[in-house]
Amino acid sequence: MITAPLHLAWRYVSRHRLQTLLLAGALALVMALPLCLRVLVGAAESAMRQRASDTPQLLGSRGSALDLMLTALYFKRQPLPTVTMAHLHELRDTQLAEAIPLDARFHAQQTPIIGTEIEYFSFRHLRLAQGKMLTRLGDCVIGARVAAQRGLAQGGALFSSQEQVFDMAGVYPLKMRITGVLAANGSADDDAIFVDLKTTWLIEGLAHGHDDVSTRPDAVLKATPDNLIANSSVRMFSEVTDANLGSFHFHGDDSAHQLSAIIVRPKDAKSEALLAGRYQKSSLPVQLIQPIQEYDLLMSTLFQMEKLAYSILAVTLLAAATVSALVFTLSFRIRRREFSTLADIGISPRDLILTKAFEAALVGALSLLFAGLITALVQWNAAQWIRQMLS
Amino acid sequence: MPGLTIQNLRFSHPGSSFALQVKDLRVGAGSAFALLGPSGAGKTTLLRLMAGLLKPEIGDVRLDKTSLLSLSEAERRAFRLTQIGMVFQDFALLDYLTVEENILLPHCFHALGKNRAALADHARTLADQLGIERHWQQLAGRLSQGEKQRVAIIRALAHRPRFLFADEPTASLDATRRGQVMELLSRYTREQQATFILVTHDTDLIPLFPDHARVEDFTA
Repeated sequence: MITAPLHLAWRYVSRHRLQTLLLAGALALVMALPLCLRVLVGAAESAMRQRASDTPQLLGSRGSALDLMLTALYFKRQPLPTVTMAHLHELRDTQLAEAIPLDARFHAQQTPIIGTEIEYFSFRHLRLAQGKMLTRLGDCVIGARVAAQRGLAQGGALFSSQEQVFDMAGVYPLKMRITGVLAANGSADDDAIFVDLKTTWLIEGLAHGHDDVSTRPDAVLKATPDNLIANSSVRMFSEVTDANLGSFHFHGDDSAHQLSAIIVRPKDAKSEALLAGRYQKSSLPVQLIQPIQEYDLLMSTLFQMEKLAYSILAVTLLAAATVSALVFTLSFRIRRREFSTLADIGISPRDLILTKAFEAALVGALSLLFAGLITALVQWNAAQWIRQMLS
Repeated sequence: MPGLTIQNLRFSHPGSSFALQVKDLRVGAGSAFALLGPSGAGKTTLLRLMAGLLKPEIGDVRLDKTSLLSLSEAERRAFRLTQIGMVFQDFALLDYLTVEENILLPHCFHALGKNRAALADHARTLADQLGIERHWQQLAGRLSQGEKQRVAIIRALAHRPRFLFADEPTASLDATRRGQVMELLSRYTREQQATFILVTHDTDLIPLFPDHARVEDFTA
């Protein structure tokens, strides 16, 4: 005969909805915290490990290896010392590895603009969902989430952001033509805008296009055999078009141009070892790292923190359980008269205990349900939140 | 005659000088008996002793041929649920249950062979007689004091007990309702040959109970 105590408990709990929901909600939050933490750490692990293990080596400026990994793999926005195109040429000259340059210094609002070469797309197994790849200077291909969130598609356009707000005389934002949208692949690539490396130099101001000064003698202020100085009536182009493409030109030696990092794909294990040895010297301005090692280091730190967090949460859970027990004890004490009434009308002590136990169990079950819902919600969004945290 | 028989009963609360002593009290089946006295005189305590809710220090309470002292706790509870109808002074209703649930609650906890549907039908008839029928599915917490008192009376009578103990059953009722309730309880006593013990401080009810006593007569 447990249906009567259960029914009585249910009637009490359902009649006192607000108190029940408050208590169950508080308990659910405490129960959900460790579960959510595990879900988030798990999502971070799966999101980061695959990308790290897919990237054999990274060349970047000497400094924080973790920052280098976060920038090159997850396009995390942070000031990072750069390497130069000279390092890229030097690496390629060794013929020990394929090298893919990355320039992640520029943004379109909050979205990273990644300057790279076409090999990057095959390296990351990125394919187009619509449109075509980069065909000329000023073109861009956007990640799936960028397209979805900003409502962009092939044929649309994007402006690069000015990196320094107070540099009024600096480089103007570049209007970039969207030639394609990448298919979603559940990585940081979904949240990025990809351009050719030369386009990032254009954004940086190392290249530019303007009216043909030779046809505008009225605009020439000073002419020397090597140089022409024109006045401000000469139009600078902020967009590359088929009509003005020919006017864009680069100044200086490209070996000094900066890069955020270089993805290194050694030809074989021997080449990998040789390269590791070559860049081992601490006197060099660059470092060659293995992302998976940095990842494991990061995860071991995270694991320690997770263990600490679990210890704290276990104490919190114990405190919450104690408070709940106190709440129930006080509630039953306040309702002493009610239980004595039940005893008077013939309810046995065993049934009274069962009724109280069912009340506690119903609140506990509701807490578990809420905790499950919270955890499911976190699980549902974990991958996206982790990507946002990393970008 | 059997009904209620009390002999040489003595009861006192621990640490209190107050004591109840009943040498000999008999109320036959089909009879009514009123226990009178001011508040705090021990009327309710004596009624609870009669109903087996309290245990005397010495002496015994017999209901028909059953000695309450000879029963175990569980047997006494089962006896109360089947043979005794009790109207509590504070009504003993749960505010978060409906009128119907309150009336049937004791019987939901025990499989005592009662037909619950028949019991509910009978309770509903009583509710109709006492003007409670329209509140059948209403929460007890939303009823007036008078309505609660009538619900408590219906619960006491629903299972057709052989013994009816009522503690101030008319205290919250107006004169008309009081008349209706007393008429119902008296008729029930006659028709069911039940033993009816009434506890009251209302001296207006004395004419209805030729057989009555003052609780002071039972204090030691």
